[in-house]
Amino acid sequence: MISATEQKPLEEITQSLEKCKSVYLIGCGTCTTILHTGGKAEVLALKDKLEAAGKKIAGWMVIPTACDEITKYALESSEKEIQAADCLLVTSCAYGVQRVSQWADKPAIPAVNTLFIGKEDGDTYSEVCAQCGNCVLAWTGGICPITSCPKGLLEGPCGGTNKGKCEVDPTKDCAWTLIYKRLEQQGRLDLLEKEQPPRNYQAVVRPGRLITK
Amino acid sequence: MPTPFKEVLNSGKFVVTCEIAPPKGTNLEKVIHHIDLLKDKVDGLNATDNQGSSMRYPSLGLCLLIKERGGEPILQMTCRDRNRLALQSDLLFAYSRGINNVLCLTGDAITLGDHKQAKPVFDIDSLQLLRTIRTLESGKDLGGNDLDGAPKFCAGAIVTPEAQPIEPQMIKFRKKVRAGAEFFQTQAVYDIGNLRNFMQAARQYNTKIMAGIVLLTSAGMARFMNANVSGIFVPQALIDEMSKAEKGKALQKGIEIAGRMIKTIKDEKLCDGVHIMAINKEETVPDILAAAGL
Ligand code: SF4
Ligand code: SF4
Repeated sequence: MISATEQKPLEEITQSLEKCKSVYLIGCGTCTTILHTGGKAEVLALKDKLEAAGKKIAGWMVIPTACDEITKYALESSEKEIQAADCLLVTSCAYGVQRVSQWADKPAIPAVNTLFIGKEDGDTYSEVCAQCGNCVLAWTGGICPITSCPKGLLEGPCGGTNKGKCEVDPTKDCAWTLIYKRLEQQGRLDLLEKEQPPRNYQAVVRPGRLITK
Repeated sequence: MPTPFKEVLNSGKFVVTCEIAPPKGTNLEKVIHHIDLLKDKVDGLNATDNQGSSMRYPSLGLCLLIKERGGEPILQMTCRDRNRLALQSDLLFAYSRGINNVLCLTGDAITLGDHKQAKPVFDIDSLQLLRTIRTLESGKDLGGNDLDGAPKFCAGAIVTPEAQPIEPQMIKFRKKVRAGAEFFQTQAVYDIGNLRNFMQAARQYNTKIMAGIVLLTSAGMARFMNANVSGIFVPQALIDEMSKAEKGKALQKGIEIAGRMIKTIKDEKLCDGVHIMAINKEETVPDILAAAGL
Protein backbone atom coordinates (compact mmCIF):
# COMPACT_ATOMS: atom_id res chain seq x y z
CA MET A 1 0.00 0.00 0.00
CA ILE A 2 1.10 3.50 -0.66
CA SER A 3 -0.29 6.89 0.11
CA ALA A 4 -0.38 8.62 -3.27
CA THR A 5 0.47 12.31 -3.21
CA GLU A 6 1.29 15.21 -5.49
CA GLN A 7 3.15 18.38 -4.63
CA LYS A 8 1.12 21.50 -4.05
CA PRO A 9 2.01 24.47 -6.27
CA LEU A 10 4.74 26.59 -4.66
CA GLU A 11 2.42 29.58 -4.83
CA GLU A 12 -0.13 27.86 -2.59
CA ILE A 13 2.62 26.83 -0.16
CA THR A 14 4.02 30.35 0.09
CA GLN A 15 0.52 31.70 0.63
CA SER A 16 0.04 29.27 3.53
CA LEU A 17 3.37 30.44 4.94
CA GLU A 18 2.58 34.13 4.57
CA LYS A 19 2.72 34.87 8.29
CA CYS A 20 5.67 32.55 9.01
CA LYS A 21 9.11 34.10 8.87
CA SER A 22 10.90 30.97 9.98
CA VAL A 23 9.95 27.52 8.75
CA TYR A 24 10.95 24.02 9.87
CA LEU A 25 10.69 21.36 7.15
CA ILE A 26 9.61 17.77 7.77
CA GLY A 27 9.82 15.09 5.06
CA CYS A 28 8.82 11.44 5.08
CA GLY A 29 11.05 8.49 4.23
CA THR A 30 8.29 6.24 2.95
CA CYS A 31 5.52 7.06 0.48
CA THR A 32 6.49 10.61 -0.47
CA THR A 33 10.10 9.45 -0.87
CA ILE A 34 9.05 6.68 -3.27
CA LEU A 35 6.88 9.09 -5.24
CA HIS A 36 9.46 11.93 -5.13
CA THR A 37 6.93 14.31 -3.66
CA GLY A 38 8.42 14.79 -0.21
CA GLY A 39 11.58 12.80 0.54
CA LYS A 40 14.98 14.23 1.34
CA ALA A 41 15.65 15.57 -2.16
CA GLU A 42 12.30 17.38 -2.27
CA VAL A 43 12.76 18.78 1.24
CA LEU A 44 16.12 20.24 0.24
CA ALA A 45 14.70 21.63 -3.00
CA LEU A 46 11.90 23.29 -1.05
CA LYS A 47 14.43 24.67 1.39
CA ASP A 48 16.25 26.41 -1.49
CA LYS A 49 13.07 27.78 -2.99
CA LEU A 50 11.75 29.10 0.32
CA GLU A 51 15.08 30.69 1.15
CA ALA A 52 15.04 32.35 -2.26
CA ALA A 53 11.57 33.61 -1.37
CA GLY A 54 12.98 35.20 1.77
CA LYS A 55 12.07 32.63 4.40
CA LYS A 56 14.39 31.55 7.15
CA ILE A 57 14.72 27.77 7.43
CA ALA A 58 15.00 26.85 11.11
CA GLY A 59 15.96 23.27 10.24
CA TRP A 60 14.71 20.13 8.53
CA MET A 61 14.42 16.40 9.02
CA VAL A 62 13.06 13.36 7.23
CA ILE A 63 11.07 11.06 9.51
CA PRO A 64 11.33 7.41 8.37
CA THR A 65 7.55 6.91 8.39
CA ALA A 66 5.76 10.10 9.33
CA CYS A 67 2.36 8.46 9.91
CA ASP A 68 3.87 6.29 12.65
CA GLU A 69 4.03 6.94 16.39
CA ILE A 70 7.76 7.39 15.93
CA THR A 71 6.98 10.91 14.74
CA LYS A 72 6.41 11.93 18.36
CA TYR A 73 10.01 11.05 19.26
CA ALA A 74 11.41 12.59 16.09
CA LEU A 75 9.71 15.87 16.98
CA GLU A 76 11.02 15.71 20.54
CA SER A 77 14.57 15.12 19.37
CA SER A 78 14.50 18.32 17.30
CA GLU A 79 12.55 20.33 19.81
CA LYS A 80 14.97 23.23 19.99
CA GLU A 81 15.06 23.92 16.27
CA ILE A 82 11.30 23.46 16.04
CA GLN A 83 10.77 25.97 18.84
CA ALA A 84 12.70 28.52 16.82
CA ALA A 85 10.34 28.16 13.86
CA ASP A 86 6.96 29.86 13.33
CA CYS A 87 5.52 26.82 11.58
CA LEU A 88 6.23 23.34 10.28
CA LEU A 89 5.97 22.61 6.57
CA VAL A 90 5.33 18.89 6.12
CA THR A 91 5.94 17.00 2.88
CA SER A 92 4.51 13.69 4.06
CA CYS A 93 0.96 12.68 3.16
CA ALA A 94 -1.90 14.02 5.26
CA TYR A 95 -1.53 11.15 7.73
CA GLY A 96 1.92 12.44 8.62
CA VAL A 97 0.76 16.05 8.70
CA GLN A 98 -1.89 15.06 11.23
CA ARG A 99 0.66 13.15 13.27
CA VAL A 100 2.87 16.23 13.40
CA SER A 101 -0.09 18.37 14.30
CA GLN A 102 -1.02 15.93 17.06
CA TRP A 103 2.33 16.30 18.80
CA ALA A 104 3.71 19.70 17.90
CA ASP A 105 2.23 22.95 19.09
CA LYS A 106 3.39 24.85 16.00
CA PRO A 107 1.06 24.98 13.00
CA ALA A 108 1.68 22.06 10.61
CA ILE A 109 1.21 23.01 6.97
CA PRO A 110 0.87 20.40 4.20
CA ALA A 111 3.16 20.74 1.20
CA VAL A 112 1.47 17.95 -0.77
CA ASN A 113 -2.06 16.89 -1.69
CA THR A 114 -2.97 13.39 -0.58
CA LEU A 115 -4.82 11.66 -3.41
CA PHE A 116 -5.63 8.14 -2.23
CA ILE A 117 -4.27 5.07 -0.51
CA GLY A 118 -3.48 2.71 -3.34
CA LYS A 119 -1.58 -0.27 -4.62
CA GLU A 120 1.56 -0.19 -6.75
CA ASP A 121 2.11 -1.89 -10.09
CA GLY A 122 5.49 -0.71 -11.33
CA ASP A 123 5.05 2.97 -12.09
CA THR A 124 1.30 2.90 -11.70
CA TYR A 125 -0.46 3.54 -8.43
CA SER A 126 -4.15 2.89 -8.20
CA GLU A 127 -6.95 3.17 -5.73
CA VAL A 128 -8.73 -0.13 -5.20
CA CYS A 129 -10.57 0.17 -1.91
CA ALA A 130 -12.54 2.98 -0.33
CA GLN A 131 -12.85 1.22 3.04
CA CYS A 132 -16.62 1.07 2.77
CA GLY A 133 -17.08 -1.28 5.72
CA ASN A 134 -19.15 -3.81 3.82
CA CYS A 135 -16.89 -5.62 1.37
CA VAL A 136 -18.61 -7.00 -1.73
CA LEU A 137 -15.55 -8.53 -3.43
CA ALA A 138 -16.98 -12.03 -2.88
CA TRP A 139 -19.47 -11.63 -5.70
CA THR A 140 -17.66 -9.11 -7.91
CA GLY A 141 -14.77 -11.29 -8.95
CA GLY A 142 -12.38 -9.52 -6.60
CA ILE A 143 -12.82 -6.16 -8.38
CA CYS A 144 -14.23 -3.37 -6.26
CA PRO A 145 -17.21 -1.63 -7.92
CA ILE A 146 -17.33 1.01 -5.23
CA THR A 147 -13.83 2.22 -6.01
CA SER A 148 -13.23 1.15 -9.62
CA CYS A 149 -16.57 2.43 -10.91
CA PRO A 150 -16.62 6.22 -10.41
CA LYS A 151 -20.36 6.04 -9.77
CA GLY A 152 -19.90 3.22 -7.27
CA LEU A 153 -22.64 1.20 -8.93
CA LEU A 154 -23.64 -2.14 -7.43
CA GLU A 155 -26.09 -3.48 -10.00
CA GLY A 156 -24.06 -3.55 -13.20
CA PRO A 157 -22.80 -1.07 -15.78
CA CYS A 158 -24.31 2.34 -16.48
CA GLY A 159 -25.13 3.36 -20.03
CA GLY A 160 -21.78 5.07 -20.30
CA THR A 161 -19.59 2.03 -20.91
CA ASN A 162 -17.85 2.68 -24.20
CA LYS A 163 -16.17 -0.32 -25.76
CA GLY A 164 -15.21 -1.54 -22.33
CA LYS A 165 -13.92 1.90 -21.22
CA CYS A 166 -15.45 4.20 -18.64
CA GLU A 167 -17.40 7.32 -19.61
CA VAL A 168 -15.84 9.27 -16.77
CA ASP A 169 -12.30 8.63 -17.94
CA PRO A 170 -11.83 6.81 -21.26
CA THR A 171 -8.26 5.91 -20.31
CA LYS A 172 -9.65 3.62 -17.61
CA ASP A 173 -11.46 0.32 -18.02
CA CYS A 174 -15.14 0.15 -17.11
CA ALA A 175 -15.19 -1.67 -13.79
CA TRP A 176 -18.35 -3.52 -14.73
CA THR A 177 -16.84 -4.83 -17.95
CA LEU A 178 -13.89 -6.13 -15.90
CA ILE A 179 -16.19 -7.69 -13.32
CA TYR A 180 -18.25 -9.33 -16.05
CA LYS A 181 -15.17 -10.76 -17.76
CA ARG A 182 -13.69 -12.06 -14.54
CA LEU A 183 -16.90 -13.77 -13.45
CA GLU A 184 -17.36 -15.18 -16.94
CA GLN A 185 -13.88 -16.73 -16.71
CA GLN A 186 -14.75 -18.15 -13.32
CA GLY A 187 -18.10 -19.47 -14.53
CA ARG A 188 -19.89 -17.42 -11.89
CA LEU A 189 -22.01 -15.05 -14.00
CA ASP A 190 -25.13 -16.08 -12.11
CA LEU A 191 -23.87 -13.83 -9.28
CA LEU A 192 -24.66 -10.78 -11.42
CA GLU A 193 -28.34 -11.62 -11.81
CA LYS A 194 -28.99 -10.97 -8.16
CA GLU A 195 -30.46 -7.64 -7.19
CA GLN A 196 -28.48 -5.76 -4.56
CA PRO A 197 -30.06 -3.67 -1.82
CA PRO A 198 -29.11 0.02 -1.69
CA ARG A 199 -25.71 0.40 -0.13
CA ASN A 200 -25.42 1.09 3.59
CA TYR A 201 -23.42 4.30 3.71
CA GLN A 202 -23.30 4.12 7.48
CA ALA A 203 -21.53 0.76 7.65
CA VAL A 204 -18.65 2.83 8.93
CA VAL A 205 -19.87 5.86 10.82
CA ARG A 206 -17.34 8.54 9.88
CA PRO A 207 -14.85 9.17 11.24
CA GLY A 208 -14.04 5.48 11.44
CA ARG A 209 -12.67 4.29 14.76
CA LEU A 210 -11.78 0.83 15.98
CA ILE A 211 -10.89 0.21 19.60
CA THR A 212 -9.17 -3.08 20.32
CA LYS A 213 -9.06 -4.55 23.80
CA MET B 1 -57.30 15.02 -20.87
CA PRO B 2 -54.61 12.95 -22.55
CA THR B 3 -54.80 9.16 -22.36
CA PRO B 4 -52.67 7.92 -19.48
CA PHE B 5 -49.38 6.63 -20.83
CA LYS B 6 -49.86 3.27 -19.15
CA GLU B 7 -53.12 2.77 -21.03
CA VAL B 8 -51.47 3.60 -24.35
CA LEU B 9 -48.63 1.18 -23.56
CA ASN B 10 -51.08 -1.63 -22.96
CA SER B 11 -53.34 -0.79 -25.89
CA GLY B 12 -51.17 -2.54 -28.44
CA LYS B 13 -50.84 0.71 -30.40
CA PHE B 14 -47.44 1.80 -31.78
CA VAL B 15 -46.32 4.15 -29.02
CA VAL B 16 -44.52 7.41 -29.74
CA THR B 17 -42.81 9.56 -27.15
CA CYS B 18 -40.34 12.37 -27.50
CA GLU B 19 -38.11 14.30 -25.17
CA ILE B 20 -38.18 17.97 -24.36
CA ALA B 21 -35.27 19.73 -22.73
CA PRO B 22 -36.03 22.25 -20.00
CA PRO B 23 -34.52 25.72 -20.41
CA LYS B 24 -31.28 26.92 -18.93
CA GLY B 25 -32.92 29.67 -16.90
CA THR B 26 -36.42 30.82 -16.12
CA ASN B 27 -37.58 31.78 -19.58
CA LEU B 28 -40.23 29.18 -20.38
CA GLU B 29 -41.41 30.67 -23.65
CA LYS B 30 -39.64 28.27 -25.97
CA VAL B 31 -40.37 25.15 -23.95
CA ILE B 32 -44.07 26.07 -23.75
CA HIS B 33 -44.04 26.41 -27.51
CA HIS B 34 -42.54 22.90 -27.76
CA ILE B 35 -45.11 21.44 -25.39
CA ASP B 36 -48.02 23.01 -27.27
CA LEU B 37 -46.59 21.87 -30.58
CA LEU B 38 -46.10 18.26 -29.51
CA LYS B 39 -48.55 17.37 -26.75
CA ASP B 40 -51.28 16.09 -29.08
CA LYS B 41 -48.91 14.44 -31.54
CA VAL B 42 -47.20 11.99 -29.20
CA ASP B 43 -48.25 9.68 -26.37
CA GLY B 44 -45.85 11.05 -23.80
CA LEU B 45 -43.37 13.87 -23.36
CA ASN B 46 -40.16 13.08 -21.50
CA ALA B 47 -38.78 15.92 -19.42
CA THR B 48 -35.02 15.49 -19.16
CA ASP B 49 -33.28 15.80 -15.81
CA ASN B 50 -30.19 18.03 -15.89
CA GLN B 51 -29.26 16.12 -19.04
CA GLY B 52 -25.61 15.66 -19.74
CA SER B 53 -25.03 16.74 -16.13
CA SER B 54 -25.72 20.35 -17.10
CA MET B 55 -27.79 22.37 -14.67
CA ARG B 56 -31.24 23.26 -16.04
CA TYR B 57 -34.81 24.05 -15.01
CA PRO B 58 -35.95 20.90 -13.18
CA SER B 59 -37.63 17.98 -14.91
CA LEU B 60 -40.30 18.01 -12.21
CA GLY B 61 -41.08 21.64 -13.06
CA LEU B 62 -41.25 20.87 -16.74
CA CYS B 63 -43.57 17.92 -16.05
CA LEU B 64 -45.96 20.21 -14.15
CA LEU B 65 -45.91 22.57 -17.09
CA ILE B 66 -46.65 19.72 -19.51
CA LYS B 67 -49.50 18.65 -17.28
CA GLU B 68 -50.92 22.19 -17.05
CA ARG B 69 -50.91 22.49 -20.81
CA GLY B 70 -52.70 19.20 -21.32
CA GLY B 71 -49.83 16.86 -22.20
CA GLU B 72 -48.82 13.52 -20.71
CA PRO B 73 -45.48 13.96 -18.93
CA ILE B 74 -42.82 11.32 -18.38
CA LEU B 75 -40.58 12.37 -15.52
CA GLN B 76 -36.93 11.53 -16.12
CA MET B 77 -35.17 10.98 -12.82
CA THR B 78 -31.46 10.46 -12.46
CA CYS B 79 -29.67 9.33 -9.30
CA ARG B 80 -26.77 11.69 -9.87
CA ASP B 81 -28.00 14.77 -8.00
CA ARG B 82 -30.26 13.48 -5.21
CA ASN B 83 -29.94 10.89 -2.48
CA ARG B 84 -32.65 8.39 -1.62
CA LEU B 85 -34.51 10.82 0.64
CA ALA B 86 -34.73 13.51 -2.01
CA LEU B 87 -35.67 11.04 -4.76
CA GLN B 88 -38.48 9.54 -2.69
CA SER B 89 -39.92 12.88 -1.66
CA ASP B 90 -39.82 14.10 -5.27
CA LEU B 91 -41.68 10.93 -6.28
CA LEU B 92 -44.39 11.61 -3.68
CA PHE B 93 -44.69 15.17 -4.92
CA ALA B 94 -44.85 14.06 -8.56
CA TYR B 95 -47.63 11.61 -7.86
CA SER B 96 -49.61 14.12 -5.81
CA ARG B 97 -49.59 16.46 -8.80
CA GLY B 98 -50.69 13.91 -11.36
CA ILE B 99 -47.28 13.03 -12.76
CA ASN B 100 -47.60 9.27 -13.03
CA ASN B 101 -44.85 8.18 -15.41
CA VAL B 102 -41.22 7.94 -14.41
CA LEU B 103 -38.14 7.01 -16.39
CA CYS B 104 -35.45 5.78 -14.01
CA LEU B 105 -31.87 6.60 -14.96
CA THR B 106 -28.55 6.33 -13.20
CA GLY B 107 -27.41 9.62 -14.72
CA ASP B 108 -24.43 10.82 -16.69
CA ALA B 109 -21.13 11.43 -14.97
CA ILE B 110 -20.70 14.84 -13.36
CA THR B 111 -17.51 15.34 -15.36
CA LEU B 112 -19.48 15.44 -18.63
CA GLY B 113 -21.46 18.47 -17.54
CA ASP B 114 -21.14 22.14 -16.71
CA HIS B 115 -20.46 21.83 -12.97
CA LYS B 116 -17.44 19.59 -13.15
CA GLN B 117 -16.44 20.03 -9.50
CA ALA B 118 -19.83 19.01 -8.07
CA LYS B 119 -20.28 16.04 -5.78
CA PRO B 120 -21.73 13.04 -7.61
CA VAL B 121 -24.45 11.44 -5.48
CA PHE B 122 -25.33 7.99 -6.89
CA ASP B 123 -26.66 6.93 -3.49
CA ILE B 124 -28.78 4.41 -5.42
CA ASP B 125 -28.84 3.57 -9.13
CA SER B 126 -31.45 3.19 -11.86
CA LEU B 127 -32.36 -0.36 -10.85
CA GLN B 128 -32.66 0.52 -7.19
CA LEU B 129 -34.76 3.55 -8.17
CA LEU B 130 -37.19 1.23 -9.96
CA ARG B 131 -37.30 -0.90 -6.83
CA THR B 132 -37.83 2.25 -4.75
CA ILE B 133 -40.90 3.10 -6.81
CA ARG B 134 -42.34 -0.37 -6.27
CA THR B 135 -41.56 -0.08 -2.56
CA LEU B 136 -43.34 3.29 -2.25
CA GLU B 137 -46.31 1.79 -4.08
CA SER B 138 -46.52 -0.88 -1.42
CA GLY B 139 -47.08 1.82 1.17
CA LYS B 140 -43.58 1.79 2.64
CA ASP B 141 -40.52 3.94 2.13
CA LEU B 142 -36.97 2.64 1.72
CA GLY B 143 -36.46 2.92 5.46
CA GLY B 144 -39.36 0.49 5.99
CA ASN B 145 -41.63 3.19 7.40
CA ASP B 146 -45.36 3.36 6.65
CA LEU B 147 -46.62 5.99 4.22
CA ASP B 148 -49.82 7.92 4.72
CA GLY B 149 -51.00 7.53 1.13
CA ALA B 150 -49.01 5.56 -1.44
CA PRO B 151 -48.27 6.62 -5.01
CA LYS B 152 -48.79 4.55 -8.15
CA PHE B 153 -46.55 4.95 -11.16
CA CYS B 154 -45.90 3.66 -14.62
CA ALA B 155 -42.16 3.13 -14.33
CA GLY B 156 -39.64 2.64 -17.09
CA ALA B 157 -35.93 2.46 -17.69
CA ILE B 158 -33.38 2.65 -20.44
CA VAL B 159 -31.20 0.10 -22.19
CA THR B 160 -28.37 0.46 -24.70
CA PRO B 161 -28.93 -2.12 -27.47
CA GLU B 162 -25.51 -1.51 -29.03
CA ALA B 163 -23.48 -1.40 -25.82
CA GLN B 164 -20.05 -2.97 -26.14
CA PRO B 165 -19.82 -5.49 -24.61
CA ILE B 166 -23.56 -6.24 -24.74
CA GLU B 167 -23.75 -9.09 -22.19
CA PRO B 168 -23.40 -7.02 -18.98
CA GLN B 169 -25.98 -4.63 -20.44
CA MET B 170 -28.41 -7.52 -21.00
CA ILE B 171 -27.95 -8.74 -17.45
CA LYS B 172 -28.88 -5.32 -16.16
CA PHE B 173 -31.79 -5.18 -18.60
CA ARG B 174 -33.18 -8.43 -17.21
CA LYS B 175 -32.75 -7.16 -13.67
CA LYS B 176 -34.66 -3.99 -14.56
CA VAL B 177 -37.50 -6.07 -16.02
CA ARG B 178 -37.62 -8.13 -12.84
CA ALA B 179 -37.60 -4.94 -10.75
CA GLY B 180 -40.76 -3.90 -12.56
CA ALA B 181 -39.75 -1.79 -15.56
CA GLU B 182 -42.95 -1.53 -17.58
CA PHE B 183 -41.29 0.13 -20.54
CA PHE B 184 -37.84 0.81 -21.95
CA GLN B 185 -36.75 3.76 -24.03
CA THR B 186 -33.51 2.70 -25.68
CA GLN B 187 -30.33 4.60 -26.39
CA ALA B 188 -30.24 5.75 -30.04
CA VAL B 189 -30.07 2.92 -32.55
CA TYR B 190 -29.20 3.59 -36.19
CA ASP B 191 -28.49 0.10 -37.41
CA ILE B 192 -31.74 -1.77 -37.92
CA GLY B 193 -29.84 -5.07 -38.03
CA ASN B 194 -28.42 -4.45 -34.57
CA LEU B 195 -31.86 -3.44 -33.32
CA ARG B 196 -33.27 -6.67 -34.74
CA ASN B 197 -30.61 -8.71 -32.90
CA PHE B 198 -31.29 -6.90 -29.67
CA MET B 199 -35.02 -7.38 -29.99
CA GLN B 200 -34.56 -11.07 -30.61
CA ALA B 201 -33.02 -11.32 -27.15
CA ALA B 202 -35.36 -8.79 -25.51
CA ARG B 203 -38.73 -9.79 -26.97
CA GLN B 204 -39.34 -12.66 -24.60
CA TYR B 205 -39.55 -10.34 -21.61
CA ASN B 206 -42.78 -8.90 -20.35
CA THR B 207 -42.11 -5.22 -20.98
CA LYS B 208 -42.60 -2.66 -23.76
CA ILE B 209 -39.62 -1.49 -25.75
CA MET B 210 -39.43 1.79 -27.59
CA ALA B 211 -36.49 2.29 -29.93
CA GLY B 212 -34.51 5.47 -29.37
CA ILE B 213 -34.33 7.73 -32.40
CA VAL B 214 -31.86 10.60 -32.22
CA LEU B 215 -32.23 13.11 -35.04
CA LEU B 216 -29.03 13.50 -37.06
CA THR B 217 -28.39 17.12 -37.96
CA SER B 218 -25.15 16.75 -39.91
CA ALA B 219 -22.54 14.20 -40.93
CA GLY B 220 -20.22 15.86 -38.42
CA MET B 221 -22.66 15.17 -35.60
CA ALA B 222 -22.82 11.51 -36.61
CA ARG B 223 -19.03 11.22 -36.63
CA PHE B 224 -18.81 13.01 -33.30
CA MET B 225 -21.28 10.62 -31.71
CA ASN B 226 -19.45 7.61 -33.09
CA ALA B 227 -16.24 8.87 -31.55
CA ASN B 228 -17.57 10.21 -28.26
CA VAL B 229 -20.98 8.94 -27.25
CA SER B 230 -21.08 5.55 -25.64
CA GLY B 231 -23.38 2.93 -27.11
CA ILE B 232 -24.07 4.92 -30.29
CA PHE B 233 -23.01 3.58 -33.64
CA VAL B 234 -24.01 5.40 -36.83
CA PRO B 235 -23.29 3.18 -39.86
CA GLN B 236 -21.05 4.64 -42.57
CA ALA B 237 -23.86 4.45 -45.12
CA LEU B 238 -25.92 6.91 -43.06
CA ILE B 239 -22.95 9.23 -42.60
CA ASP B 240 -22.42 9.18 -46.37
CA GLU B 241 -26.08 9.89 -46.94
CA MET B 242 -25.87 12.87 -44.57
CA SER B 243 -22.72 14.26 -46.16
CA LYS B 244 -24.17 13.97 -49.66
CA ALA B 245 -27.12 16.16 -48.68
CA GLU B 246 -27.14 19.51 -50.49
CA LYS B 247 -25.83 22.50 -48.59
CA GLY B 248 -28.44 23.66 -46.06
CA LYS B 249 -30.41 20.44 -46.51
CA ALA B 250 -28.65 18.27 -43.93
CA LEU B 251 -31.35 18.75 -41.29
CA GLN B 252 -33.98 17.82 -43.87
CA LYS B 253 -31.98 14.67 -44.63
CA GLY B 254 -31.77 13.83 -40.93
CA ILE B 255 -35.53 14.18 -40.60
CA GLU B 256 -35.99 11.91 -43.61
CA ILE B 257 -33.65 9.26 -42.15
CA ALA B 258 -35.37 9.38 -38.74
CA GLY B 259 -38.78 9.09 -40.41
CA ARG B 260 -37.60 6.18 -42.52
CA MET B 261 -36.26 4.33 -39.48
CA ILE B 262 -39.47 4.83 -37.54
CA LYS B 263 -41.48 3.55 -40.51
CA THR B 264 -39.31 0.43 -40.78
CA ILE B 265 -39.57 -0.23 -37.05
CA LYS B 266 -43.34 0.15 -37.20
CA ASP B 267 -43.89 -1.79 -40.41
CA GLU B 268 -41.70 -4.69 -39.30
CA LYS B 269 -43.25 -4.54 -35.80
CA LEU B 270 -39.71 -4.57 -34.49
CA CYS B 271 -40.49 -2.67 -31.28
CA ASP B 272 -43.55 -1.50 -29.38
CA GLY B 273 -42.87 2.09 -30.32
CA VAL B 274 -40.24 4.77 -30.65
CA HIS B 275 -38.79 7.48 -28.46
CA ILE B 276 -37.66 10.50 -30.45
CA MET B 277 -34.82 12.66 -29.23
CA ALA B 278 -34.46 15.71 -31.45
CA ILE B 279 -31.83 17.39 -29.33
CA ASN B 280 -32.24 21.19 -29.49
CA LYS B 281 -34.52 20.67 -32.50
CA GLU B 282 -37.79 19.74 -30.81
CA GLU B 283 -39.72 21.74 -33.40
CA THR B 284 -38.77 19.19 -36.08
CA VAL B 285 -40.62 16.32 -34.37
CA PRO B 286 -43.89 16.88 -36.33
CA ASP B 287 -41.86 16.70 -39.56
CA ILE B 288 -40.20 13.46 -38.40
CA LEU B 289 -43.61 11.99 -37.63
CA ALA B 290 -44.90 13.10 -41.03
CA ALA B 291 -41.86 11.54 -42.73
CA ALA B 292 -42.65 8.31 -40.86
CA GLY B 293 -46.22 8.43 -42.11
CA LEU B 294 -47.60 8.81 -38.59
S1 SF4 C 1 -16.24 -3.30 -1.39
FE1 SF4 C 1 -14.55 -2.12 -2.20
S2 SF4 C 1 -14.45 -0.30 -0.89
FE2 SF4 C 1 -15.67 -1.80 0.20
S3 SF4 C 1 -14.17 -2.85 1.49
FE3 SF4 C 1 -14.39 -4.09 -0.38
S4 SF4 C 1 -12.76 -3.34 -1.73
FE4 SF4 C 1 -13.00 -1.81 -0.09
S1 SF4 D 1 -18.70 3.23 -17.50
FE1 SF4 D 1 -18.47 1.49 -16.09
S2 SF4 D 1 -16.98 2.15 -14.57
FE2 SF4 D 1 -17.63 3.97 -15.65
S3 SF4 D 1 -19.31 4.82 -14.43
FE3 SF4 D 1 -20.27 3.47 -15.93
S4 SF4 D 1 -20.40 1.46 -14.98
FE4 SF4 D 1 -18.99 2.69 -13.73
